[in-house]
Amino acid sequence: MSILIQNGRVIDPANGVDEVTNLYIEDDRIVAVGDTPIDFEADETIDASGQWVIPGLVDLGARLREPGQEHKGTIASETRAAASAGITSIACLPNTDPAIDSPAAVDFVCQQAEDAGYAEVHVIGAMTQGLEGKALSDMAALKKMGCVGVSQQLTPGNDLQVLRNAMDYAASQGLTVYFHPEAYSLAEGGCAHEGAIATRMGLKSIPEAAETAALGVLIALVEQTGAHTHFCRLSTARGANMVRRARMDGLPVSADIAAHQAFLTEMDISDFNALCHVRPPLRTDRDMQALRDGLADGSIEVLCSDHQPHEADAKLAPFPATEPGISGLETLLPLALRLHEDDILSLEQAISLVTSKPARILGIDTGTLGKGKLANICILDPDHSWHFDSATMLSAGKNSPFDGWPFKGKVIRTMLAGETVYEA
Amino acid sequence: MTITQHQAGPLPAKLQLREDGSLRHFLSIEGLPRQTLIDILDTAESFVSVHAQSVKKVPLLRGKTVVNLFFEPSTRTRTTFELAAKRLSADVLNLNIATSATTKGESLLDTLRNIEAMFCDMFIVRHADSGAAHFIARHVAPHIAVLNAGDGQHAHPTQGMLDVFTIRKHKGDFTRLKVAIVGDILHSRVARSQIHALNILNTNEVRVIAPKTLLPADVEKLGVHVYHDMNEGLKDVDVVIMLRLQRERMQNALLPSEHEFFQFYGLTNERLKLAREDAIVMHPGPANRGVEIASDVADGPQSVILEQVSNGIAVRMAIMSMVMGAQQ
Amino acid sequence: MTESVNELLDKMTRDCQSWFADNGIDNPQIIGIHTGGAWVAEALRKRLGIESPAGTLNITFYRDDYSRIGLHPQVSPSDIPFDIEGQHLLLVDDVLYTGRTIRAALNEIFDYGRPASVTLAVMIERDGRELPVAAQIIGTRLELENNQQVKITGPDPLEYNIETREASV
Repeated sequence: MSILIQNGRVIDPANGVDEVTNLYIEDDRIVAVGDTPIDFEADETIDASGQWVIPGLVDLGARLREPGQEHKGTIASETRAAASAGITSIACLPNTDPAIDSPAAVDFVCQQAEDAGYAEVHVIGAMTQGLEGKALSDMAALKKMGCVGVSQQLTPGNDLQVLRNAMDYAASQGLTVYFHPEAYSLAEGGCAHEGAIATRMGLKSIPEAAETAALGVLIALVEQTGAHTHFCRLSTARGANMVRRARMDGLPVSADIAAHQAFLTEMDISDFNALCHVRPPLRTDRDMQALRDGLADGSIEVLCSDHQPHEADAKLAPFPATEPGISGLETLLPLALRLHEDDILSLEQAISLVTSKPARILGIDTGTLGKGKLANICILDPDHSWHFDSATMLSAGKNSPFDGWPFKGKVIRTMLAGETVYEA
Repeated sequence: MTITQHQAGPLPAKLQLREDGSLRHFLSIEGLPRQTLIDILDTAESFVSVHAQSVKKVPLLRGKTVVNLFFEPSTRTRTTFELAAKRLSADVLNLNIATSATTKGESLLDTLRNIEAMFCDMFIVRHADSGAAHFIARHVAPHIAVLNAGDGQHAHPTQGMLDVFTIRKHKGDFTRLKVAIVGDILHSRVARSQIHALNILNTNEVRVIAPKTLLPADVEKLGVHVYHDMNEGLKDVDVVIMLRLQRERMQNALLPSEHEFFQFYGLTNERLKLAREDAIVMHPGPANRGVEIASDVADGPQSVILEQVSNGIAVRMAIMSMVMGAQQ
Repeated sequence: MTESVNELLDKMTRDCQSWFADNGIDNPQIIGIHTGGAWVAEALRKRLGIESPAGTLNITFYRDDYSRIGLHPQVSPSDIPFDIEGQHLLLVDDVLYTGRTIRAALNEIFDYGRPASVTLAVMIERDGRELPVAAQIIGTRLELENNQQVKITGPDPLEYNIETREASV
């Protein structure tokens, strides 16, 4: 099947392309950008005049809730929501029930994703068995099954020897390690940033040091082991600074932030709004500005959704008793574009944060519109003004605090390997 | 400046007040206008004299049902609320949820719906989670008034009010006063409510005295001066409020020992002399004698601890009648 | 047409004295309803030569419109410096209109104890009764329109005026 996408503004940061031109697709691949290739006859022509044609988004961190938490969402429901939001590749986290620490579990997830057919799902597997931080998982087998990396949250034990060994082993298998830098004992039981707001509200709090202490340990281990390490969901100015310095020192580290961390602060929980209960917590305005600076200067390379869909009951309780997390797939692109609208990033930077850069870190061959690449494409109407309505979300989790937010730019069509998986 | 644009849910004050400024719920002192606090104090004043008369009851809440919803056990606070309700001629229902449905896994919302179905008019709520009273006020049927009897570490507004009521009775003008709050501020919902009340009433100076481990982050932003040295902090104060120190604080490595605490932060007669001669000593109770306060101070002439208890009934009567009046 | 307050008080005093004599009441105690009734009660107490102080009743907690208008902070609380039980009472108010204030006052008095009798004295009675309440001692009767109101000022000098509320547009 040959498809021509005509006259759209093609924006492909990976190849430095930003011009109104044509895109040519043959079956599942892009065969040309620009001039018509010889012998190309379009079976379908899509008129993209006045629209933007960008790579399908790559979301570096989402929880798809299967196996074990199907009351919160399924791979089918969440990838469908992703497709409607222009996302064609998702890296999912291993903290399901049971954890994804075996090749069979990886296979299960991949199979579910394939059956649903809405988006590519790449699995970040568990670094230790059961994610308990004690025994290494079968990382080589996980990689063979298709894992793009292994992940760990720091556990109560925080056994540094185990962490060091895990990083060495992963590195020797060519796996990137993904860490959520949070020192367990400093964060335990907390639900808000340690500061004036949490003090006022009497909420058990999580100090900045929970992130920076963990980063300190982990960066030291990166220096020791040389393992490619990605820090997930930074939240503090100091943390961003530590990553910046580590990169300047030549260490193989990268970092991302959740999209909501670029727009919300601790002020947003001051009326006990459980929709803003997230982990790591929303911090100060100063922290938010520093995270934005990190996106702008490239020390933080990726914006991800940190997607955590919840059933209604999980948020219908007093604040400390609610589960943290925002259902974030459907606001990833809108918030990325907002960063450009609000003059914080250039358009190219904003789009690269959710396409080429996460793809490179994950080691997957997408997030770009180059010749020969998979036709994972998002077409959007850049002028469409709309208001986010959590009631109409496609995700099984309607837990979004962005209800009523005005956005500009809406997805019209999403293509996965040349096939249209969403059309507005 | 945050660029948050979404409309956060109603702020605490907006949830508590009706459009005409009358009290709808009583959840936290923070954000209430000064006049509202003064109205509560003045109304409580008239209820104090009710005690003095041979008629201890007034018919204001006759035919109304007040439910004590205590998710955290408490005999003292619950009893004073019960007494206050009965003196207003209300019917009282005591539910100790700690021992019933929610331990079976019933959600807080379900518990609420079940009780609402029994046609009650007021919920008095004590819960271990900060924000629980706000949550209940947001989800409860519109005709029901919610009073916060203590939520997590966030607020204990009726206690805060009875404390400033007691201060006003003895000292009058807040703008001349120096008030010191001593002890475990970090875990104290009472201290937070007291601080808000004192600041809204334009108290001259509010001090907190504690080791750093017992002070919450950025506590100065609540509008207090911080002292780690009790001898410095007590100088010339008009009111000393001692807070209870719980045993767990030693277990969680926040303090070395009760002995050390009493030595450096306990209120003894020696220390009390550093305050003004006519200073009053308060404690929200129950007091740990020999831990935060010496027995002879607790029982001494400057102590108004027992009076706080009886004032508590008048203040609660005042708040309950203010929220029940003008229900549409 | 309008008599002076002094004339009204003199008339009330005479009527009280006759009433007490006719009904065998010695040593009545006076209770005035806050605020205007307390002023009238004090004036009567002096004229009747009763030495013990008058009681004052603040009926706010007994009003029947609490659920509609709510509670307002008090002017001053009720103060009954004598025992109600078995006592003859002279209950005094400034204006008798709907009768609801008197109903509340009676309820409050009975919460203190069981009086031997209650005699009601009012300085001004106007029609518009909504309850079966009647005064035994009346200073003067006024016929007023719905939009007219009696305004009492005092305690010294004690005066009354008739005000007309403007009709709403």
